[in-house]
Order: sequence, then structure tokens, then C-alpha cells
Amino acid sequence: MELELRGITKRFPGVLANDEVTLTARSGKVLALIGENGAGKSTLMNVLSGLYKQDAGEILIDGKVQDFRDPGDAIKAGIGMVHQHFMLVPVFSVYENVVLGVEPVHGPGVLNRKKARSEVREISERFGLAVDPDALVEDLPVGIQQRVEIIKVLLRGAKILVFDEPTAVLTPQEVEEFFGIVAELKGRGATIIFITHKLKEALAVADDITVLRGGKVMGHADPRTATPEQLASMMVGRDIDLTVDKTEATPGDDVLTLRGVHMVDDYGRALLNRIDLTVRAGEIVGVAGIQGNGQTELVEAITGLLPLAGGTVEFLGKDISKASPRQRHAAGIAHVPEDRNHMGMISSFTVSENLILDSYYQPPFSRRGVMDGDAIRESAESLVESYDVRPPLIDNTGGALSGGNAQKMIVAREFSRDVPLVICAQPTRGIDVGSIEYIHEQIIRKRDEGKAILIVSTELDEIFALSDRIVVMYDGKIVAEMTASETTPTEVGLYMAGKAA
Amino acid sequence: MSATFDRPPVEAYEETGKRTKALNSSQIRRAQVTGVVMLLLAAAVVVLFIPNVEGVATFGLSLPSETIQLDPLEVPVQPALWLLTSALAFLGATQFYRGFQRRSTLILGISFGLFTVAMMVWATAGQEFNLESMLVATVSRCTPIALGALSGILCERSGVVNIGIEGMLLGGAFTGVVMGSLLGGWVGLLSATITGGILALLLAVLAVSFKVDQIIIGVVINILVLGLTSFLTSQLLIDNPEWNDAPIFPSIAIPLLSDIPIIGQMFFNQTIIVYGMFVLIGVVTFLLFRTRWGLRTRSVGENPRAADSLGVGVARVRYVAVIFGGMVGGFAGAWFTLGTVGRFDEGMTAGTGFIGLAAMIFGAWNPIGALGAALIFGFSESLEQKFALLDTPIPTEILAMAPYLVTIVVVAGLVGRARPPAADGVPYDKE
Repeated sequence: MELELRGITKRFPGVLANDEVTLTARSGKVLALIGENGAGKSTLMNVLSGLYKQDAGEILIDGKVQDFRDPGDAIKAGIGMVHQHFMLVPVFSVYENVVLGVEPVHGPGVLNRKKARSEVREISERFGLAVDPDALVEDLPVGIQQRVEIIKVLLRGAKILVFDEPTAVLTPQEVEEFFGIVAELKGRGATIIFITHKLKEALAVADDITVLRGGKVMGHADPRTATPEQLASMMVGRDIDLTVDKTEATPGDDVLTLRGVHMVDDYGRALLNRIDLTVRAGEIVGVAGIQGNGQTELVEAITGLLPLAGGTVEFLGKDISKASPRQRHAAGIAHVPEDRNHMGMISSFTVSENLILDSYYQPPFSRRGVMDGDAIRESAESLVESYDVRPPLIDNTGGALSGGNAQKMIVAREFSRDVPLVICAQPTRGIDVGSIEYIHEQIIRKRDEGKAILIVSTELDEIFALSDRIVVMYDGKIVAEMTASETTPTEVGLYMAGKAA
Repeated sequence: MSATFDRPPVEAYEETGKRTKALNSSQIRRAQVTGVVMLLLAAAVVVLFIPNVEGVATFGLSLPSETIQLDPLEVPVQPALWLLTSALAFLGATQFYRGFQRRSTLILGISFGLFTVAMMVWATAGQEFNLESMLVATVSRCTPIALGALSGILCERSGVVNIGIEGMLLGGAFTGVVMGSLLGGWVGLLSATITGGILALLLAVLAVSFKVDQIIIGVVINILVLGLTSFLTSQLLIDNPEWNDAPIFPSIAIPLLSDIPIIGQMFFNQTIIVYGMFVLIGVVTFLLFRTRWGLRTRSVGENPRAADSLGVGVARVRYVAVIFGGMVGGFAGAWFTLGTVGRFDEGMTAGTGFIGLAAMIFGAWNPIGALGAALIFGFSESLEQKFALLDTPIPTEILAMAPYLVTIVVVAGLVGRARPPAADGVPYDKE
């Protein structure tokens, strides 16, 4: 089926999310839709899937104008969405998730579970998407959960499949498998729209590329001839240097040393399994791994947010295993947390308040428990300027900032202190290319000032762009430690999947 | 492409799920605390009960009306108490030193049970205590609790928190008695059910359509109904006592089954409201876990966005579930008037709706589990009533606290933590 969008416009209060978007996706072809976060890709797809109603414009399938009032209409028309955040019920079994909304029933509405299971099996065999219909979704690895999502849309007879950032949560090996699935679907004549901000993937898998920026179509590209640099500058609107310039590291003394750090959950399961790790002054250590393999716990063990079950954390030669988070902070550990909105800032506080969240209790910001408004403003003004937070309005709430600018605000707070150790967890998750470039530069600068830096990222590209040394976490353990210049993404990917010995 | 079909690599996941041998310190502490609680119970039996009793405690096992009469159980007090103490002490010491790990909760429950038995033996020493009549009362008293819990389950499984159960019970009790007095018990029962449904409609409109904080709505419903029924009682029922004199549903003995010793009277010689409770528990369990309606309702309570993206109307599903839940709550309210005393008193539900909420949590949002929890609460209520009749030195006010103390213990999580529906209490916003 051929899908055509003509002049799709969608407004939200104060935002023009889609501005006359026109594009065509052809049967048996893959259309990559690329753009930064906030370019309007997700809004466009929500219009296409019937979750939102466009303010103007038309959706045509095989030349016929469609009118979607709810997601059910879009599904009936043959459109299947695989959302970035899986639309799955974790406590349901695979088959319950798949048949939800189109349940086979006996009589007036008693579930026909046998038929539901066999429908799942049938699709999964036909398309080579192996999955156990009775497994609980929350027990499945992410790659398999994605298969469940694909089976879900195929069961509904989807001929037009829309994948929203499908590789964001996958390991490199799972990405390969996913591309295999895409090829299989394409071979069967499906129309595929692949939304991504990863340029290499768009070039690898697409037949056509459409670039969105600021809600508008900026142009089309042919994946056979386009280069990542060309696409990046179309996306951002200016020339972008995708490589990070950095010199060889000159490591100094040990700043942070973890010895046998062990952590368990409420049920006694190991979250961190006897971790040994050293970070030296003047080097960047990158922690690679698929999300949920203990990276969060590692950071919280170092910053003191979670208690250890064993082992020691040494900072500048002193054992700080028993120190409180504030003591560790005061001793000189800066922390850019992975969850910007929930841990990094308070959305309803102003930018200036967010900039002193870590030091409000100290002079010059407060004296004898009374805050000094002038000192706070002065410091905020200068930080917003030097860290390029836009708009530079310190009385706006933190929540009003875009993701990239909120992250720059947090980086400003943490990097403006002159401390020996900086921990950055997912420093550029979900932010625009321009901000990524900026934050990466800041991290390198900190290293060149002789600080010890620990980066945690699920993006291999980021790990390789920044790290001098790479450690890989899998299942709460450090399974590999390598010099960045002596390894390859493929090798690290294998360790991440727990497949290498 | 030839399809290979095998189980996905779940084994890898299970590997991480394995318990490591070393318990962390907080677990050890928790195990020790429960151990100490159990040892204290044993000590309490020795210190409080054993020194000042002797003789024989007689427990009646049949009601005088039954066809098959069992001989009363005669328990020699001192040996029985020592036996119970040693069992408690053994379990407590084992828990303290070794820990029962996964079974700790069960063992703690058994310990409370043993302590309760010890208390009954002590209180009954030298007297007679009809166990059978207490068990019959347990089932009756568990009815409004189980129905209240079921009301909560229906709402919360769809993602709407209902703490207005108390108000729904009270409203049902009031309209039940008035309509029952004027037009007969069946009309009263129907009116009570409809009243609960109307109150739930208010909850649904505010919570689902207007996205008002659900805790606030629940509190408002409780206060509104309490005030309204008190006002109407003083304005109408005092002057028209004939409006507050409803027929009571009689107990219906089911032939043969009701003749079974002990359980016959408990389960097969009860009022229509009690039977209704058992039927509803079964029906709702089936509806929730075996039908299309149930799958959609649960999906909306867990991940409304996923349900929406598949064309399931979140608001409609929530309305239906909440109103159904409210009707169950109103039906439960009829137990207080039409099922027992036939008249309405201000605030007569006395927190049963909240105990129902506790039973819902204790039962892990599952109707069968909630029934089990409700039986424990019902037992504690009827035990308190029986003790008040026996000649014990415990003040009745203290005994009256028993059901609420049990509630606190349960809700405080001493008996395990359950996982509520993921979207419970969260209004669904499309954008």
C-alpha cells in the first residue's frame, strides 16, 4: 500500500508541531524519517496512528483520503505503529498483549485463549518472530518485547508499519536482528516508515530519506549518495562536526577506586556483583552496557544514593563507603544523573533555583539558613550565559526548557564546581544534536583540566566518542575492560550482550 | 523464510533472578524482628494467660437448631496453653536464628493464629464458648468487608482509586432501609445497589472526565454521605419511625448442605446477601480473568496508553468498571440494614469500607484473596463480640479495637507487600 501525507499541520498551545508536512511512503520500500528531538516526528506519527487529529492536511492510502477519529480507524486502514516506548502491559502474557482489542471469544465475550495462543504462534512462525505466547512480557528482554509489538501490528493486518526509534533500546546484535526483520517485512511488500535520529541506521536500511526540522520537511535524500554530515546539517540547519576532537589522555593519580562493591535488592538478588573499578585524574572512563545491567546502581553506589552490601568506595585515598550523599558531594563528586526530569532538576522550580539545588545551604547562597537572592541571581546569570542555556531567562521554570537546554542547565550546575570527579550518566539522552556537541566538548574540557570522569551511556557511539578507557557491564558485573583505541564497537557489543567469554 | 519456533532466551533472565546466598543486612534484621515478635507472643501467653487459669475450656461445635449435634470440645487449659507456648517459642526461635525466608509471612500468620487460639482457651477457661456460632458470625461479618473489597478491586483494576467505599456502604444502608421499609426488602436491596452506582458515577465523572484527584473525591464522597444520611435521619427517620423499620432477609438453609457439621451453618444457612457475596466473588473473578471485558479493564488499569493505541476506549472502560464497583458497594451497604438489624443508625458502617480497602490490598487486588482477607477481619470482629460476652478481664473497649489493630498490621505491610495496578489512581491524559 502506498501512503501519502499532504500538508499535515498540527498545532499545540504555543507550538506548531507539524507545518504542512508532505511525504510519500511506497510499498515494499523503507522510508526513513529523520530529525532531531522536537522536530515533529512523533507528533506526525501520532497523527498517522489516529492518537491525534491533524488541524489541516490529508492522509491518503492508495490514493484514498482517510479520516481517522481514533486509533481503531488507523488500525483498520492498515497502519501499524511500533512505538518508541513499547505499548505493552508488563504483567500480561505475550498473547494477552497481542490480542488486546481484537480478542477471539466464545459466545458473548469469554476469552478463547487457545485461539489467541495459536494466532500468536501463526504470525510468529510466518514471519520468523520467535516468541513464547505464554511468557510474561515483563520477563522478556527488550528485543523480544519489540517482536511482541511487531506481532501485535501484524495480527491486525497492518500493511504500513511505522517504527518510532526502534533501535534506541536494542543491543548492536539485536539491531542486526531487527534489520533482518525489516528486510523480511519489506520483502513481503510491507510499507515501512522508520523514524530515527541515528543517521548511520537510516543510511543502512532506508530506500528513501525525508528530513524534518522544526515541524517542516527540510528535504529528501537518497541513501545511496548522502553522507552522515550532509544529513546532520539538514537536520540541524548548520554544519555539524560529528567527531569529537580530543587528544591522547594523560592519566594521573587514582581518584576513585571501587573494590569488590556489591549491592543486592530486597530479595537478595545481586544488582552489583563485586565491582572493581578505578578512575584516574585526566581520563574518561566510559561504562557501556544495555540499560538495566547495573549501571544505575553503580552510579548510585558511588554517589551514596544506595547502600552497599559489601566492598568499599575510595575517593582520593579515603574510604567513603559510609559517607552520606551530601558528604560525598561536598568532598568533590559532581553527578549529572541519568534521569534529567526526576533526579536532575525540579521542573516547577526556576532555573536559578535549579542551579543551586546542590549548594543552596552554603555561602554565598545562604547564611544562617537565610537565602541570599542577589548572590543566587548573579551566579545564575553568569552560569546561564557561560553554559549557553537558551532562553537565558533565570526566572523561567526548569520544566519550560527543552531537553537539551535543561541538560545544559544541569551540566552548568555540576561542572561549575571545581571538583576532582565528575560522573555523567546518560549525559545526552534524548537531546538535540547541537546540545550533544556542546556537552561533549564540555566533558572533554573537564578531562583536559585534569579531572577524573566517569561516563555511563547506552549509546555506543557516545562511549566511543568520549572514552579513553571502556568498561562493559552485564548482569551487574564488569565483564570487560579495554582501551578505547584498541577495541571496536562490535567487540564491545558482544560483551554488552553477554555473549563473549 | 522457514520459521523456527522455540522458546525465547528466558533462561538468561532467570539466571539473574536467582537468589544469592548472602542475605543483606536489612533482610536479616527483618527476619529477626519477626522472630522477636513471635517470641514476645510466646512470652505473653506465659505471663498473661498461664498463671491465673485452670480447669477445662468447653467449645461448642453445633448450634442447638442443627440436626447433627457434635459433642462439645473439652480442652484442659494448662496443657493446651503450654503446648501453644512451646509451638510459638519454637517457631520464633527458628525464625530468629535461621529465618523461614520465603515462608516467613506464612509462619508469622500461623503464630498470630496460635496466639489467638491461646487467648480463646484462656478466656474460655471454666466456661463454655460456642465456636460454631462464632464461625457463623464470621462469615456474616466478612460479607460487607469482602464486598467492599470487591468494589475497590473493580475500580482499581481499571485504574481508578476508590476510597469512597465507606460512603457507598453507608448510602446503600440508608436507601436500603428506607425503600425496604416502604416497598419491601427486594426493592430496598435494589435501591441500595443503585445508590452505590450513583455515587460511583459521581466518582467516575470527576475522576475520569475531569481528572480530579481521586483521593479527594473519595474523601468528599465519604463526608457527603455521612452528612447527608445523618441529616436525613434526624429530619425524616426520627419523626417517621415506620420508614426505618425494614424487613430483614431471613437465613435460607440449603437442603442437605446446611446439615453438614460446622461448615453447613457457616456457608449454607445464611441470608441472600451473604450468598450474593459468594456469587459476586466468583463472577467477578471470572469476568476479570477469563473474559474480553476483564482483559480490557485490566489493561486500562495497567497501561491505558497501550490500550488506547489498540482502540480500547479508556474512559468508557473506566466508567463501566467504576459504576459496577459502586453498585457492589451499595449492595454491600444493604447488609448493615436489610441483612442484620432492619434499621439505620448514623454512621453505622463504622469504617467497614476502609477495612474492605485493607482486605483488597491484603488480597493483592484479587477477589479470592480479598475474600480470604475479609474472613480474617470478620473472624476478628466476631471474636471481639464473643469475648465481650465471656467473663474476661480485658476491657471491651480494647477488644473493640481488635479488627482495626489487625487492619493496621496488614496495611503496614507486616504481611507482605502486594503490587497494585500500575496506572492505579493516575488519570489518563492523551497528550
